[in-house]
Amino acid sequence: MKFVDEYRDAALISRIAAEIARLSEGQHLKFMEVCGGHTHTIYKHGIEDILPRNIDLVHGPGCPVCVLPMGRVDDAIAIARTDGVIFTTFGDMMRVPGSQGSLLDAKADGADVRFVYSPLDALKLARQYPDREVVFFAIGFETTAPSTAVTLLRAQAEGSKNFSVFCNHVTIIPAIKAILDSPDLRLDGFVGPGHVSMVIGMRPYTFIARDHRKPVVISGFEPLDIVQSVSMLVKQISEGRAEVENQYARVVRPEGNVRALQAMARTMELRPFFEWRGMGFITQSALKLRPDFAAWDAELRFEVPGIRVADPKACQCGEVLKGVIKPWECKVFGTACTPETPIGTCMVSSEGACAAYYNYGRFSMAAERANLPLINA
Amino acid sequence: MDSKIVNSNGNASKVLEKIERVRQARRHKFYLRDEHITLSHGSGGKATHNLIEGVFGPAFSNPLLDPLDDAAIFVAEGGTQRLAFTTDSYVVSPLFFPGGDIGKLAVHGTINDLAMAGAQPLYLSAGFILEEGFPIADLRRIVDSMATAARKAGISIVTGDTKVVQRGKADGLFINTAGVGIVRTTATLGQNQLQPGDKILLNGPIGDHGTAIMLAREALEIESDIQSDTAALHTLVGSLLDAVGSRVHCLKDPTRGGVATSLNEMVIASEVAIVLDEPAIPVRPQVRGICEILGLDPLTIANEGKLLAVVAPEAADTALGTLRMHPLGRAAAIFGTVQAEPAAMVFLNTDIGGKRVLDMLVGDPLPRIC
Repeated sequence: MKFVDEYRDAALISRIAAEIARLSEGQHLKFMEVCGGHTHTIYKHGIEDILPRNIDLVHGPGCPVCVLPMGRVDDAIAIARTDGVIFTTFGDMMRVPGSQGSLLDAKADGADVRFVYSPLDALKLARQYPDREVVFFAIGFETTAPSTAVTLLRAQAEGSKNFSVFCNHVTIIPAIKAILDSPDLRLDGFVGPGHVSMVIGMRPYTFIARDHRKPVVISGFEPLDIVQSVSMLVKQISEGRAEVENQYARVVRPEGNVRALQAMARTMELRPFFEWRGMGFITQSALKLRPDFAAWDAELRFEVPGIRVADPKACQCGEVLKGVIKPWECKVFGTACTPETPIGTCMVSSEGACAAYYNYGRFSMAAERANLPLINA
Repeated sequence: MDSKIVNSNGNASKVLEKIERVRQARRHKFYLRDEHITLSHGSGGKATHNLIEGVFGPAFSNPLLDPLDDAAIFVAEGGTQRLAFTTDSYVVSPLFFPGGDIGKLAVHGTINDLAMAGAQPLYLSAGFILEEGFPIADLRRIVDSMATAARKAGISIVTGDTKVVQRGKADGLFINTAGVGIVRTTATLGQNQLQPGDKILLNGPIGDHGTAIMLAREALEIESDIQSDTAALHTLVGSLLDAVGSRVHCLKDPTRGGVATSLNEMVIASEVAIVLDEPAIPVRPQVRGICEILGLDPLTIANEGKLLAVVAPEAADTALGTLRMHPLGRAAAIFGTVQAEPAAMVFLNTDIGGKRVLDMLVGDPLPRIC
């Protein structure tokens, strides 16, 4: 396929992998890919298999549905169950468990929950059903926040009376800060998020290189992108550098997308703090609607319980998200917690570290048990 | 990757062993924990299996049903010929989509279920559940389309039923078809018949139907020329059986849940493994592109005119040549091999030379698509 196949050239990828092996010889390096999209690519294409064994990829907190705490899911379900509401959400979010089931369960139980591909589709529904209240469940990082912002601006321009947003947008930088400040962690560098950086640019990552002396390479989402980014990280380390580099220059501009940032700034502001699944409260890590957009703020228009629900005891999503443990090190991974019956959010989305590992990562184990030659290896 | 894990933590292997044991122990047990039916139960993936094995299987259990193949095969008392019998219901939305409509799908789908049992379809039944207010003109169009599809396939619709329900109690129209056919091979076909060494063939590009349906829904504003691949596969199966006969071990049409789900059903039933070669899997560039955009895997997307054929290795080339001679098999490919171990798993050698497990579809967030 045009524009994709170039980034899936097996021969080129294996040459870069050999270069990584040469540059990193004798070292055991741990890199965190922050973004769930990267985790997905890594598992879907079997990239860990291709990289030399002394390179460890740690899956970070960049999966939007994974970081949402149970209490917020409960709030969403409460809104969805309100009479007259059409509750719209991204498909992935439907299966995330709250304390009393998921949106999918609420839907089966009679709530009008629909999935949309964009908040603009939700606004369109509001036009179609003027006598119903249409609520959009806004989740995600700076990747999805601009489209929510643009939708809010349009709703304001149209004077929409029956549309509102349940805002759960989070920002990536405070989460990375929290990870860097976590004492039980040793990382050698970051594969930086591609789509988020397209919006926020390169500057917000400077502190990672400057203050923490860790290299950052902003990466695209194709297998070649990720392997090349890892090689750039290894190269920085071998040359004793710690800089913010941009592998995804075909999309990411150093200054980001100014118009997207403006739209966000016009509609949203930082919350003083926000709870992240498994990571606790992180200050200034999420967005809420500005007071001028109160008319479209579902949190103000509907009664939400707003109760903080503790994560299930057995679930170690937090440690997984921080990269302290690998998914398979969690007590319930693959036994009580599977993609069909997820306990933690990391097992729900295909971008979640646990689901990705469960679905794609079991090959070597099985092959080893059967004493099979690894084909193509 | 494993040895890497062992390097960083010696317990990893033990943990994975434990998970594997749980998995193996559960292999034949599908757990139904849900209290309500959700759309996932209709997705054709794991949840559907849990429902079938948790509710229908135990209640109806008998030797004809239990293999859970596409059709039941039996000999009528006093007869000599083996008959195949199957049924399927159609609830697709929208009713009309590029490349077909619900009526065409209802005829082809049941013909295909018979064909997968190695049977020549004879007769179909058609049951209609109509919603009050449904336009007669649309009904005519759908019924005409069914008649045309049946005529082209050389079969007759010989019995039927009509029910009308109140407005709001059905989504326009639902169709059920059942069919009988005469089994024309002496081979035992079934998803439990896979042998190590067998080759896996596909008659053409995958994912067309599911993608066409997704695009036909209004939410996606993507323009494309993708059409549903809906087709009656019995003549293709006929020529395959003529050419390689008893060396065909299993035929399956990868509808809901896609190729990934069908292959997983086979490895579970046969207690074998399947290794696929991702670059050899035929997928149209448009379908690949749309799947990339939506984050979907063509291997889990529904097909309505595709055939998975598992054949003995010595017959694979003849089978491939035969498929390619047929109009519905021009782009046929051999894309996988059966091996003995590790049982009940499907693996994929990825396009970039990596490896991964290919699991069944787990709960589909999309509305029903066939």
